[in-house]
Order: sequence, then structure tokens, then C-alpha cells
Amino acid sequence: MKNKHELVCINCPLSCGIELTEEDGEILEISGADCKVGLKYAEEEFRDPRRTVSTTVKVEGGVLPLLPVVSASPIPKSLVTEAVRVLAKVALKAPVADGQVVYRDILGTGVDIVSSRRLEAETTAG
Amino acid sequence: MSGARKPQCVVVGAGPAGLGAALAAREAGLRDVMLVERDFELGGILPQCIHDGFGSMVFGQVLTGPQYAQRYIDRVEKAGVEVKLNTMVLEMAPDRRMTLVNSREGIYDIEPASIVLAMGCRERTRHQVMIPGYRPAGVICAGAAQRDINIDGLMPGRRVVILGSGDIGLIMARRFTLEGAEVEGVYELMDHPGGLTRNVVQCLHDYDIPLHLSHTVAFIHGRKRVEAVTVAAVDGNLKPIKESERLVPCDALVLSVGLIPENELSKQAGVELDPVTSGPVVDERMETSVEGIFACGNVVSVFDLVDWVTRTAETAGRAAAEYVLEGRKRGAVVRVNPGRNVKFVVPQVVGSLDRGADFYFRVEHPERAVRAMVLAGGGEVYSRKAKMVRPPEMVHAGIDAVAGSGKVLDVTVEVVEEEGGASKKKKRGRR
Ligand SMILES: Cc1cc2nc3c(=O)[nH]c(=O)nc-3n(C[C@H](O)[C@H](O)[C@H](O)COP(=O)(O)OP(=O)(O)OC[C@H]3O[C@@H](n4cnc5c(N)ncnc54)[C@H](O)[C@@H]3O)c2cc1C
Ligand code: SF4
Repeated sequence: MKNKHELVCINCPLSCGIELTEEDGEILEISGADCKVGLKYAEEEFRDPRRTVSTTVKVEGGVLPLLPVVSASPIPKSLVTEAVRVLAKVALKAPVADGQVVYRDILGTGVDIVSSRRLEAETTAG
Repeated sequence: MSGARKPQCVVVGAGPAGLGAALAAREAGLRDVMLVERDFELGGILPQCIHDGFGSMVFGQVLTGPQYAQRYIDRVEKAGVEVKLNTMVLEMAPDRRMTLVNSREGIYDIEPASIVLAMGCRERTRHQVMIPGYRPAGVICAGAAQRDINIDGLMPGRRVVILGSGDIGLIMARRFTLEGAEVEGVYELMDHPGGLTRNVVQCLHDYDIPLHLSHTVAFIHGRKRVEAVTVAAVDGNLKPIKESERLVPCDALVLSVGLIPENELSKQAGVELDPVTSGPVVDERMETSVEGIFACGNVVSVFDLVDWVTRTAETAGRAAAEYVLEGRKRGAVVRVNPGRNVKFVVPQVVGSLDRGADFYFRVEHPERAVRAMVLAGGGEVYSRKAKMVRPPEMVHAGIDAVAGSGKVLDVTVEVVEEEGGASKKKKRGRR
């Protein structure tokens, strides 16, 4: 049986409305995307939806108590909430460099979680 | 008082606008550029915007807010810009004299040869949308909640109602959920979401958070702390419908009801403001009505994308440098006419199109299958098809130099129905 899925591309602000037609899991047609990124997105959203995760982790001795972190590439959508829970238990020591790996291979996805800014240590002088 | 320092350019505010402008002014040849920021670090609003979605145009890559800021911070630090943190500009006069304050130097004056305003914007508050009820703790603006959670590690509530579906509200719906709070729903007065569709999808749909369009908060309950809100559907005049009222228990009401450019300083200096954007009236070089004072980013108009903020900043920084090094460029200017389905256009005035220009505008109502056009001196200088235009999204029209436009041309920006749009739509089938 043919099924139609209405999707919205989230890769750029144009937010194209995409229609994906499929039969028994086989993609027949993708229409409505304005560019190639949208085609790839629609296919992935149908077969293996993924999202970039961003959250914060605790930092000791930094100019701020939290460090923003982000997944180096998108992870399966179904694992996002669990990934944030795992990262809530992480605590680092300042200083932290921009792009430093904070957590390797989150939930066995093969994706690393990296720092998304530089965070200096708190100076007691001055 | 001639002991005051005289920097070549002072940039007020170190968000993406200020960072971009300071860098551009330096690269365009100014030796003495001073960047003044009241916060303890550079980056403006970006360090708290930990989600991704920044920079697809400037870097061709999707970055988080802190990552986008970090790239500019690194460049500004290398470029030899003088950075003054924890320093606030208190006053600014029409002759560009400024009063600054910080805890080490106290209050002091400077006399910059040029100024770039990059103060960003502030959130509209409960007061400005006039929600009836008590005044308990727990009513908080979305950007402030974002700062609490992402910078300071504080949770403003555990059971949350969000009023307004602007991008920050949508993003915070997801953030609260990921942090373990329950978001009861997002309520939007208008019949369409205020934020980008992609944020509705990945912030609400992904987490099954309901979006109630044509709804509002009709009353806030709780004397000390928010205990509940009354929500209601609204009629065609946006008035709550009594019979539809429903009580929703919660301990926080998060407001995402709009941003207003921050222009207290601009007013002091006599900068002409546009009543529609609430920001300075600027020309194609981002110069305001006051000689030597330029402006860029959200202080001019609230942009949806940081990439546009950076572009306006580069224009402003370069123009400020040119002003200092080569003298005044601005001659006579004409108003830009907002044509069909155009709510406002930045720049509002144009002096010359000799070097091309970037126009940014918002539409009044959503429309499909259209053409964005710029007409100058009666001729068409820009025309681009657009599948869809929506009020929350800024439309950009970058025009090339218009040859021989030595004299000031009459400029109109408009959105027109695409010729043959209807038949084309049919061919493509429904979307
Ligand atoms: C919550 C939120 C989420 C967003 N999400 C996205 C997104 O996903 N993608 C995207 O592309 N864009 C996004 N944006 C838009 C983008 O981040 C903003 O448009 C951009 O940060 C505006 O830059 P700015 O430099 O004009 O202002 P700001 O970043 O607000 O910087 C202004 C700076 O000026 C300083 N200042 C103000 N007055 C003074 C004074 N008198 N003296 C000294 N300093 C002063 C302030 O402290 C502040 O640091 C978002 C914006 C917000 C608010
Ligand atoms: S399909 Fe292409 S143009 Fe359309 S939203 Fe996706 S990335 Fe943007």
C-alpha cells in the first residue's frame, strides 16, 4: 500500500514542506524540497531520523558553572533525551578548550560530544 | 575638557553585531577601535543560545550560538581591537561625546571620531502585553529563562506554560522538557506560529508539546508564586472567549512575546527612530541620521538570523572606517518606499546605489508563489522568486551596483504575485 508522509525540512530557515511517498518501506517519490539537502533529509527522516543534541555540563572552577556542549554530528532522534540525561551527570574541570571532547561515543552511537565554547578558569587574582 | 580620549571608532555592545563591526572597522584600516560591553564576556546573546542553527550563510555550516560567537571572539582578539568588558555606556550626545562607567576607571568621558551602535534588543514584558491577574513570582521572559538554565544552572519552574510562539519560546519549550520539566503547552494569540516552522517541528512536534493557536493567557493566579493560569481561545478581534476558559495549574509562565531594539542611547543622541522597527533610520551604509553614528544588528531591527546581523555589522564597520579616514560620504538621501505586502525595509533611506546595497524587509502577511522586487529610478534592479514569504522571516535582497546612479534614485521594495504562479502550482501538485 502506498503511504504519503508530510515532512518539514529543518536544515535551513526556508522550512520546505516535503511530501514523501513510500510503499512497504520503499521510497517512491520525494517532492517539495528546494534543494538536495532536503532530499537527503527526507530520506533520513523516514529511515533513521537524527537530531543534533545540545545541552550543558557542569564545570568546576570555571568563570561560569556550566559549559555548553553539542554532538559532533546528529544522533538518532530516539536517543536525544537519554543522551541529555547521561550528560547531566558529567562534571569537568576548567579550563576547557573550544571543541574539546567532553564525552566519547555517546550511548554507543559512535558520536562524540564536544565543548561548544572556550571556558576559562576563574582567576582569584584581581 | 580636552583630556578625553579620542578613539577613531567606538562600538557599543559586543554581540555578533558589535564583534563584526569592530573587526570590519579594524580591517578597513582604523588603528584605534574600542569595543565596549557591559557584560563580563564577549558574545552578546549568543553564549546562552546553546542550540544549533547559526551561521549557515556566513560559515556554510550549522553552528551553536556559542560556537558562532567563539569564531568572532577569536578573530577580534587577534585583530588588536581594544576590548572593554564590564563597562557600560551611560550617555551619548549628538556630538558623539560618550560617558562610560566601570568599576576600575569610574565614570569618564570619551570623544570618538565615529560610533557604531550594536546594543541588540530586549524582551517585551508582561507589562507590555497586559495580562490580567496577580503579580506573583514565576512570570519570566523566555530569554531570561534561557540565561537562567544555560548560563547559571537555575530552573525557573517545573510545570511550565509558555505564552507566545516566537523562536525563543519554542526553543525554550524543548529546553525545559530536556531538563526534566513538564511543558503543558505553548499558547499563541495569532492563528499562525510566530517562529520558524523548523523550530515548531524540532522543538514541539519532536517532544509532543501542544501548540494552541488563537489562544491566550487570560488570567494569572497565585499571590506569592504562580499557581495556575487561565487560558482561553480568542475571537476574530483577539478577545478571549469566556466559554472557552480553562484553568491550567503551573509554577511558571514563560513569555515569548517579542523583542524590541534597545535604543535608549540612540534617543539621547537625537538619532531618528523608525516607528515600525523601533530602531534607527539608517542608509545603505548603516549610517543613522546623526553624522558619524552608525548602527547594526538587532538594535536596528530584530533579525531572525544571526548571519544577517553579521552582514549589517560588516557594512557599518567599514562605513565607520571610511568616514574617519576619508570624511563624510552621506549626501542627500531619499526614503525607500515599502510597496505591496512590505511592512518595513532596512535601510529606510538610500543615498547612492553606486556600490550596490543590501535590503532587508518583512512582509505584512504570508503569501505563496511570489516575487521579491527592488525598483530604482523606475527600473527593476532586483527580482527573485520565492516559494513562500512569512512575517517572521526577514527577506533579503542584495542588489549589485546600479551603474550611473550618481544622483539619488527613487527606490521601491515590493512583493508581487508570481506571473503564472497559479498554473505552475497546479502542475507541481499540492504541497
Ligand atoms: C534567545 C534567542 C535565540 C536565537 N536563536 C537564533 C538561531 O537559532 N539562529 C539564528 O541565526 N539566530 C538566532 N537568534 C538571533 C541572533 O542571535 C540575534 O539576532 C543576535 O544575537 C543579535 O546580535 P546583536 O549583536 O545585534 O545583539 P546582542 O547579541 O543582543 O548583543 C548586544 C550587546 O550589547 C550590550 N549592550 C547593550 N547596551 C549596552 C550599553 N549601554 N553599554 C555596553 N554594552 C551594552 C549587551 O550587553 C549585549 O552583549 C536568536 C536570538 C535570541 C535572543
Ligand atoms: S530543502 Fe533545502 S532549501 Fe528547503 S528547507 Fe531544506 S535545506 Fe532549506
